[in-house]
Amino acid sequence: MDDLDEIIAEFLVESHENLDQLDSDLVALEQDPTSQDLLGSVFRTIHTIKGTTGFLGFGHLEALTHAGESLLSRLRDGELGLTAEITDALLMTVDAVRALLAAIEATGQEGAPDHAALIARLTRLQQGGSALGEVIVEHGGATPEDVTLAVTAQDVGDVRPIGEILVGQGSTTPAEVSLALEVQEERRSVADGSIRVDVERLDSLMRLIGELVLTRNQSVAHAAATRDATLIRASARLNLITRELQEVVLKMRMQPIDHVWNKLPRVIRDLSATCGKTVRLEMEGRETELDKTILEAVKDPLTHLVRNAIDHGIEPPEGRLAGGKDEQGLLLLRAFHEGGQVNIEVHDDGAGMDPSLIAAKALERGLVGGEQLARMSDREITNLIFLPGFSTAAAVTNVSGRGVGMDVVKSNLEKIGGAIDVSSVLGAGTTVHVKIPLTLAIVPALTVLCAGDRYAIPTVNLAQLVRLEGEQGRAGIELISGTPVHRLRGKLLPLVYLDHELGVTEPDRSERDAVLVVVLQVEDRRFGLVVDDILDTQEIVVKPLSSQLENVPVYAGATILGDGSAALILDVLALAQRARVLSAGRELAHGAAGHADDDRAKTRVALLVASVGQDRQVAIPLEEVTRLEELPADSIERVGNRELVQYRDEILPLVRLGGLPDDGVVAVVVCSTRGRSVGLVVDAIVDIVEGAGVLGTAVVRDRITELLDVERAVREVDPGFYDTPVASPGGRS
Amino acid sequence: MSLTTFFVNGYLFGIEVATVQEVIRYQPMTRVPLAPPALSGLINLRGQIIAAVDLRRRLGFPDRAAGELPMDVVVRTGDGMVSLLVDRIGDVVEVSEEAFEEPPDTLVGIARELIRGAYKLDDALLLSLDVQGAVELRPVGGGSGTPAPASM
Repeated sequence: MDDLDEIIAEFLVESHENLDQLDSDLVALEQDPTSQDLLGSVFRTIHTIKGTTGFLGFGHLEALTHAGESLLSRLRDGELGLTAEITDALLMTVDAVRALLAAIEATGQEGAPDHAALIARLTRLQQGGSALGEVIVEHGGATPEDVTLAVTAQDVGDVRPIGEILVGQGSTTPAEVSLALEVQEERRSVADGSIRVDVERLDSLMRLIGELVLTRNQSVAHAAATRDATLIRASARLNLITRELQEVVLKMRMQPIDHVWNKLPRVIRDLSATCGKTVRLEMEGRETELDKTILEAVKDPLTHLVRNAIDHGIEPPEGRLAGGKDEQGLLLLRAFHEGGQVNIEVHDDGAGMDPSLIAAKALERGLVGGEQLARMSDREITNLIFLPGFSTAAAVTNVSGRGVGMDVVKSNLEKIGGAIDVSSVLGAGTTVHVKIPLTLAIVPALTVLCAGDRYAIPTVNLAQLVRLEGEQGRAGIELISGTPVHRLRGKLLPLVYLDHELGVTEPDRSERDAVLVVVLQVEDRRFGLVVDDILDTQEIVVKPLSSQLENVPVYAGATILGDGSAALILDVLALAQRARVLSAGRELAHGAAGHADDDRAKTRVALLVASVGQDRQVAIPLEEVTRLEELPADSIERVGNRELVQYRDEILPLVRLGGLPDDGVVAVVVCSTRGRSVGLVVDAIVDIVEGAGVLGTAVVRDRITELLDVERAVREVDPGFYDTPVASPGGRS
Repeated sequence: MSLTTFFVNGYLFGIEVATVQEVIRYQPMTRVPLAPPALSGLINLRGQIIAAVDLRRRLGFPDRAAGELPMDVVVRTGDGMVSLLVDRIGDVVEVSEEAFEEPPDTLVGIARELIRGAYKLDDALLLSLDVQGAVELRPVGGGSGTPAPASM
């Protein structure tokens, strides 16, 4: 008997712990009724208690927990949805179990409590929406009205199962009921047929698969060289099986993002209470799956973003009401798959971020220069918050720490190959976009050759491959402000020479007969990476770089190729940043849009296009153009090294943009800037088009066209032009 | 104490036997552009990718003559395995602490910083190399924003 007492004591301790867990799980469940994690946890707890009570001979407890378990199993399998009524019943069950345990602890006996009503209630709820009834209805075995009738009968005390009642009512046949039961059992077993596996085992399985993939690559490469038909067949089969195996294992490691998200409602609840804000959480795409390792890695950054959104983003209720918004703030989490990556968005409808405040702070902290700021769009400025040492919180709060977290969030995400970007509309809210790879361990990659070495480029960044042959290669690459570009389908693609970026340039590049361009997409920009040769695509196993290379930013890792040699994996984002192509459009535009703001970039303006010289075109904002004139060449007068022309009772200085010799008449675009008129001599007026008023270059009529900054163009010819006092009384103002 | 010894630029160096994973003949390497100059490249050691640090460069000695192949002394360090490229491998030598003294004055610059001291042997001076210091390479150039100089 002593042994049994010991077992009972142990059971009591264990059960009390379990019940505490159960309480908090049930409350959490109410907030997040579909969480498989919570449901699973609650189910297991009850199941454990039930199992032990049966063994110890506590009949009441067993009957009660059995009823609870049955109900939970329906919930867990998704056959029932959690309702407040069900939660109540489950909480009552927990209380009842607790009372029974207390009795056992005190007296060693269960006593004679009456839980029949609770058990009946649990049983009825279990029949609830009556999945069985529904299945029968689905199969046409009964009408929905029949089922409702049967459920009502149960409610008023009929203890028979729903199927029996239905048969008793004459609504259906026993055959229909047993068929429906089978269907139901099948549905249930899908959920039951799972086992728990130690993550470490999965990890080591993953490592082994990684080795297998490498060995596969080597063996396939070798087999292809042998021309041995049997070996080639066998290696093709090996190839196939390895890939399947890899997919299966990857799938095993996938978990819905909900595993991270379901911790958030609590975080948000507490946080909004602390901040005195009310926040409604919405989640979309909670079933989106990603690798467990990545899931772990995004947990903290994501929580940080959510905290930030509530602490800094969403305004206090009175502020929201004053701003004409709903008192309750909205926090929307979205997750979806796109192009082999997982996208996560954290959106709030709060105050948004004020670019001018961010710019001022960035300037104050010395993170950027004033000139640099002037060239940035609002979005670029907003993204300054990711710079180390930046904080937007006006006051330091205890919620988001000292606001130094965003750079950490960014670097943590980049560590796993992710990217982060923020967009915000002042007064309307902020959205943080996070992109992360599905899995880390094995990625498809393109191998390229550069200066004799092979490099791997993850295909997730790959947009397209372009081969420019011979003459086309030379003609297809143009220089704009010193930046090589290629015109691809009407868009300008900045080019980056990999050998040049890596400092391994070989002298004989001009000798090459074809130019190979790997078009890469980073964030929303594209650039072309010029390589010596494009080899193939293969699955590579990403291996970490040694600490000696931590400070070399252009590599994402290393891998082992089919021949057993090591190859570096290029970090496309870092490469683009290094080559400064991420902001290339702006770099090129700096002449034209020195202080253009973002609004101007969005509005399309009319542009006058003129040809100047053999292959050059310039576009002049039409609003700056006063008139177009054709003047006789001999009316041009020279004063010193300046050219002037008598024009409408005033003296118009001329600035030559075109390089062609005059043939009797010159085409002059009369522009007016800063109260001064100037005549720009061009070769011909080509067209008037609509275009963005900010981009440095655009393709107009198949020609690369530079947007002209009139003032700058004039200064280039005559640096002091605007500094001298207005010479003519007729000067425009 | 037992030291694994090797020669670099005519000097005899020693490191604790326990830190040496293995000594292998020269392995073909994958060069790493933009890496610190002393990092010669990456080698595949049975599926693990490890960095090879050329001790000649690390210690500020002149490069090996063309055609002379170094040997790989693979050591275990705080940050995993690293291969040290040396000219030639020597014997395992038993040393006593009494024979320990300051590094010779002929060693200057970085080499002196990475030498803990010397053991006087009967026929030579054995320099004790600071392995951890030797494999910690300072980055060249600035951060990601500045164009780093070509290192190779």
